[in-house]
Amino acid sequence: MDKVRVIEVKQSVFAHNDQDAAELRAQLKEKGIYLMNLMSAPGSGKTTTLTKLINSIKDEIKVAVMEADIDSDVDAITIAEKTGVKSIQLHTGGMCHLDAEMTRQGVEGLQAGDVDLIILENVGNLVCPAEFDTGATKNVMILSVPEGHDKPLKYPLMFSVCDLVIINKIDVMPYFDFDMDKVTEYVHMRNPKAEIIPISAKTGEGIDVLAQWVRKEIKGEE
Amino acid sequence: MHELGVVFYVIDDVKKVAIENNAEEVKSVTIQLGEVSGVVPHLLEDCWNWAVKKHDIMKECVMKIEQIDAVTYCEDCKQYYPTMQYGRTCPYCQSPNTYLHTGNEFLIKEIEIT
Ligand SMILES: Nc1nc2c(ncn2[C@@H]2O[C@H](COP(=O)(O)OP(=O)(O)O)[C@@H](O)[C@H]2O)c(=O)[nH]1
Ligand SMILES: [Mg+2]
Ligand SMILES: [Zn+2]
Repeated sequence: MDKVRVIEVKQSVFAHNDQDAAELRAQLKEKGIYLMNLMSAPGSGKTTTLTKLINSIKDEIKVAVMEADIDSDVDAITIAEKTGVKSIQLHTGGMCHLDAEMTRQGVEGLQAGDVDLIILENVGNLVCPAEFDTGATKNVMILSVPEGHDKPLKYPLMFSVCDLVIINKIDVMPYFDFDMDKVTEYVHMRNPKAEIIPISAKTGEGIDVLAQWVRKEIKGEE
Repeated sequence: MHELGVVFYVIDDVKKVAIENNAEEVKSVTIQLGEVSGVVPHLLEDCWNWAVKKHDIMKECVMKIEQIDAVTYCEDCKQYYPTMQYGRTCPYCQSPNTYLHTGNEFLIKEIEIT
């Protein structure tokens, strides 16, 4: 019988994905592509916000979308129909998050050579996507008013990895006990550098501010 | 599922180390898993047992899991306390100014090979 040897490994499993993510980020930078990873709980308004945002920037910025939220192509079709930009559905096979390798395959599958901005609509989940770096240039999340202003306290990791927090559905503010000052305080407790933009994807309020943020980001990338 | 995705990373990493060490077979892998890593031990084992069958070098490889307790540190009163029991608010001074000291690890500690 062969002798059993013990080999010390001492390696973080998440490091595996972190390496893939770093490689993807470098490749995208080289190609001049800005990848935005958009995360939120299910139904916070990712698809609706994207539709409005893309329509207000698509004349100046070439955009493409990768949909991963649900394993059906309704979101990808909505985006294509309402904005006319290229959008593809990634099949995650029921995974609770997207990792860097799946994201890389998606970027390849897009075959969008001269695109400036790729937006990834991540799986609707506030826990797992926060733990897996997709290789995105920046992380953006949407918190909608009905979810409550204390969400940053409940999902600290998500808020600490996001560069921008969009507060959506401000049109329903009068019906909810949602405190904008408190949410700002809680977000900054987790991430002092996070920017916060309140919008209503329904009425279009604040979309111009969001569009301006995106323009600034893309130009800063050159 | 989170567990299934990470199992593929572990298999890749273990395979690499096994080949570097001219292994014939990997008998076991020891994982150190934080109490609040978000990975459920028994689901991880189930996924593992299913996934390794597809890899000749580790068909019979057993996963051993060592748990690392979740401990939070309070920046205001400089004390440590068990995260599972008290969450994010310091039980000594009620400060919310705390961070996780240990408990979100997911490490491959060692493997046994022949
Ligand atoms: N009142 C209101 N409803 C919204 C707003 N944005 C999205 N919704 C609604 O919220 C639901 C989920 O939106 P969707 O964009 O599909 O969310 P996703 O799952 O994050 O992509 C839909 O019924 C939208 O019409 C908003 O600003 N105000
Ligand atoms: Mg959607
Ligand atoms: Zn304290």
